[in-house]
Amino acid sequence: MLEIEDLSLQIGTTPILDRVSLSVEPGQILGIVGESGSGKSLTALSAMQLLPEGSSASGSIRFDGRELLNADDVEMQALRGDDLAMIFQEPMTALNPVHSIGDQIAEGITLHTGSDRGQARQLAADMMQRVGLPVDQFPLSRFPHELSGGQRQRVMIAMACALRPKVLIADEPTTALDVTLQAQILHLLRELVEENDMGLVLISHDLAVVAEMTDELVVMRDGIIVDRGPTGTVLRTIEHPYTARLAKASTHIPVRNKPPVLSETSRQQGTAPLVSGRSLVREYRTRRQSLFRAGKPFRAVNNVNIDIYPGQTMGLVGESGCGKSTLARLILALDVPTAGTIEFDGTNLTAASEEQLQIARKNIQVVFQDPFASFNPRHKVERLVAEPLFLEPDITPEQKRDRVVGSLEEVGLSASALEKYPHQFSGGQRQRLAIARALITRPALIVADEPVSALDVSIRAQVLDLLAELRERLGLAYLFISHDLSVVRALCDEVMVMEAGEIVERGIVSEIFDNPRSEAAIQLVNATPDLARALENRQTEN
Amino acid sequence: MLAFFLRKLIWAIATLAVASVLVFAALEIVPGDPAEVMLGINATDDAIAALRESLGLNKPVLERYISWLGGMLVGDFGQSYTYSVSVRELVADRITISLPLALLSLLISTLIAIPVGLYAAAKRGSLADTGIMALTQIGIAIPNFWFALLLVYFLAIWLQLVPAGGFPGWDAGFWVALKSLLLPSLSLALPQAAILSRVTRSALLETMGEDYIRTARAKGLSRRATLWHHALRNALIPVLTILGLQFAYLLAGTIIIENVFYLPGLGRLVFQAISLRDLIVVESVVMMLVATIIIINLVVDLAYLWVDPRLRNRSP
Repeated sequence: MLEIEDLSLQIGTTPILDRVSLSVEPGQILGIVGESGSGKSLTALSAMQLLPEGSSASGSIRFDGRELLNADDVEMQALRGDDLAMIFQEPMTALNPVHSIGDQIAEGITLHTGSDRGQARQLAADMMQRVGLPVDQFPLSRFPHELSGGQRQRVMIAMACALRPKVLIADEPTTALDVTLQAQILHLLRELVEENDMGLVLISHDLAVVAEMTDELVVMRDGIIVDRGPTGTVLRTIEHPYTARLAKASTHIPVRNKPPVLSETSRQQGTAPLVSGRSLVREYRTRRQSLFRAGKPFRAVNNVNIDIYPGQTMGLVGESGCGKSTLARLILALDVPTAGTIEFDGTNLTAASEEQLQIARKNIQVVFQDPFASFNPRHKVERLVAEPLFLEPDITPEQKRDRVVGSLEEVGLSASALEKYPHQFSGGQRQRLAIARALITRPALIVADEPVSALDVSIRAQVLDLLAELRERLGLAYLFISHDLSVVRALCDEVMVMEAGEIVERGIVSEIFDNPRSEAAIQLVNATPDLARALENRQTEN
Repeated sequence: MLAFFLRKLIWAIATLAVASVLVFAALEIVPGDPAEVMLGINATDDAIAALRESLGLNKPVLERYISWLGGMLVGDFGQSYTYSVSVRELVADRITISLPLALLSLLISTLIAIPVGLYAAAKRGSLADTGIMALTQIGIAIPNFWFALLLVYFLAIWLQLVPAGGFPGWDAGFWVALKSLLLPSLSLALPQAAILSRVTRSALLETMGEDYIRTARAKGLSRRATLWHHALRNALIPVLTILGLQFAYLLAGTIIIENVFYLPGLGRLVFQAISLRDLIVVESVVMMLVATIIIINLVVDLAYLWVDPRLRNRSP
């Protein structure tokens, strides 16, 4: 149906793709897997002829027997959104904020079928129903900002599939979503493939996702297809060294030389917890219901008890919006609990003086998810990494510099980084910088909020190794927040499962994940794509 | 929505109250006694004292402020010292020129700026775009009164299309009157249009880089349809902000332009009133301008709500 042959692409003078060939048939799911910069998205955009300005492509892209590379605008416009559709990664920004979802779905329908507004809206409503957003709960007049990320991605799918495209290209459709939503969206896509005999091109960086979903697989690296074949064969035999590297990295577990620090044992040994939260509650005011009636307060964190012992790595998992980050903010003393107490090393943070808080803050540092957004782009590394040192006002400039260099060396960077700006580093290096910044005050606890979610699998493995190594060398404790159970399993000693503001299950990682008891934990475990499990299922199929 | 409007309205009233204090206080501090100015340099001290008494200038400051404010609330703006007619009558007469002038300028500048901005954004990097941007640069640099003189020279004196100045009054016929407002509005509007079209262009270009534009293209919309249906409305937010700010400059600009074109509008009135120390007129006209600007801001705030649904549910 869609056939790409020897596609080469240049943007300006930079070569992007080199003789890429692939094809997808009706009812087939083709996976394109690769790390960022491998050219998988640009391959998709080439098929849509939506390449950025200054691109020049050669080779051939045939769709339904028609050549698309030399098709004019009018021809492409007739095709796009009708027989050939695409959905994008970012459901938060991919919908126009000023138009209602109904109008946005209906727009393409009217455009391609010439049907009137009423008919188009009827079809839009049917499509909403199909993707699991029944119009009695989600009227067409809703605006994108009134929906969650997962719901928006459903709207995107409704928009793309309304006219039953022959081929749908999905570019990382679930990367921005948590595992539960990911499982739902993937399920929906598979159903649509079966219902409409649609060809699906699924682009992903996640081998487990493509292992579960796809029939055929191509592995891309630096604009070249390095490995291809039926998904089961490619992933089971793993002949190509790059595929092997990807597979290894995505299931990577850092070595742990010391035994895990368990709460039960620590308690018995009489070790005092580093951080101890009791009956923590954080309420938020909601929008007033009317001028005279206040809104019902929303409990983001509800009656949570938490203990983290020195040197312990505590995982915190849960769906997005369950209160993980709010709890982290409470522990970082960036936010004050509505009720309950937090003690750090015996100091009650909720009633602490500014001076005591400073000491606590030196001891609790943070690493955030997005290494691109958490640095001021106009400052040099020396200043960025030294930022937390304002907590130690007596330090001399020489000492400061030494500390920065020391910190950089801890994370595997060198003093040559001092004079550089954040954009001169890759994503993985930037996350190392963020860790260096956290280490500079020599903390006892690092709160890591989804620290590896934005990273490619091979980089992710390196950062996990680094975190594990630092833990052993410096005796750090971590509160490790993630929606990705595989990294929690790889790194953490114990895990807490959070749902709707409450901790519903806690214990040793392997016990919880192998034998989950709470509804929330079961759901998370089942929704998490697992390479080994997916291949096992394939084995039984064949 | 209603709560939003009420809150904005309360703010508007509070702003007006503060402005009234400032306006009144400023004119109290300004040197120059209206009675002296009215009677000329040969007046006796007794005559001046008598006039001060009859104008109520001897009363305590607070009492005069309250009676001024109270009067305005019921539509009584007081009596002009120099014209010896009620300020209300004076203003009502002049506003029939200044308001149409300001609105016409606003209309012209918007009608020029948005299409020009759209065109330049659609043809980004082309010769047309570069040319338009160079022109707008000149438009921003030229002061409006100089522009007014050029327009008079070419359109009024050389081509004799429109009158060079003066105002025949609305009684002379709608089109005749409108024609004499055309040059002044154009000279007010063009520099504003230059700024506004640049803002429109850059707002559009920024919006065109958004993900939802790519989504719209993936739906099969043409470049032009995407620009109109998806980019323009999102780009309107900065444009509205500038438009609201420009209206204030427009009102200030009428003072100069009305003098250049001999238009008997509010601008000329306030200019003369200042030089004659006709404080009551100055105060009243300034307060009216303040009120107009506050109302315009209120309208802009409501327009934001129309443009961007995300703002509708949020408290300001």
